[in-house]
Amino acid sequence: MVSTSIGVGLAVGLYGTSFGALAVAAGLSIAQTQVLSLLMFSGGSQFAVAGVIAASGPAGIIPAILSAWLLGIRNGFYALRLNGVLGVTGVFKLVASQLTIDESNAVSAAQDNTADSKRGFWITGLAVFVFWNLFTLIGALLGSVMGDPSVWGLDAAAAAAFLGLVWPRLKGLQSNLIALLSAVFTLALTPMLPSGIPVIVGAPIAVGVIYLLKRTKLGPRLKAGDHA
Amino acid sequence: MPSYWITVLVGSLAVFSWKILGYLIPGRIANHREVVIFAGKLTVALLAALTAVETLVSGQAIVLDARIAAIGVAAILFWRKLPFIVVVAVAALVAALLRHFLGWV
Repeated sequence: MVSTSIGVGLAVGLYGTSFGALAVAAGLSIAQTQVLSLLMFSGGSQFAVAGVIAASGPAGIIPAILSAWLLGIRNGFYALRLNGVLGVTGVFKLVASQLTIDESNAVSAAQDNTADSKRGFWITGLAVFVFWNLFTLIGALLGSVMGDPSVWGLDAAAAAAFLGLVWPRLKGLQSNLIALLSAVFTLALTPMLPSGIPVIVGAPIAVGVIYLLKRTKLGPRLKAGDHA
Repeated sequence: MPSYWITVLVGSLAVFSWKILGYLIPGRIANHREVVIFAGKLTVALLAALTAVETLVSGQAIVLDARIAAIGVAAILFWRKLPFIVVVAVAALVAALLRHFLGWV
């Protein structure tokens, strides 16, 4: 589990190079790019900021905030789950909040006992934080030199990283169906909605459809997937 | 340029608001079985949606490019239980090589 955590941290961190380069290319300063990785620390939201600023310039100041905020909702649900697992209080609650992201929650949720769930969260969260910020700086510095991050396949690395995070959770008909529906709805919404929004609309719709399907004759067959 | 600091700082606070909110909601609600199950479903849905978007979307368009081949290779390697970091590195390599040698976008 420790090697998974460090591996996730390194893989996601490397992708920070891409964020750093893209953010600088969008018109953010190196300092602004670095502060995003330190304070916002949520890949999807940060890419939304870079994307909106790149597309809209100064007119994107407010839309970028909204996109980042909406994309961050899922962290709230991770936090809800993790609050029950971690049992943190006081200042640790603030630190845990900051480290609550896709990857730390995913590794934590993949463990089969509470002790490993806690360790998985902290080690992954800290590893991603360190590597993400380190490689953000490298990416921002390389930004102008590196040109297009896709030449280096960093966009494909991001896709594979998300696949790797959802993979352990695809056990049983229900979770497979949720994943499939969510991907289909999100892609269908993509041409209609601003960048970043289809994910946060498509995924909840998919979950809603699953709850409706469970009231039909299919319900008993989906029941087996009801684990947290 | 300084105006982008508004986006950076307010945006960071906005994202943090969700994170801290989840920890401030009382434990008896957070531990409620239905809430945990719902959060689990939403996690699968969001990660799958992000995978789809990272693989197939450019801006607001669906695009078929070297990322498809890379994610296909990644899926096979995850199925064969190779380590996460290895799979991600191979995926990047596949996309980079296809672009470089075959001129795929």
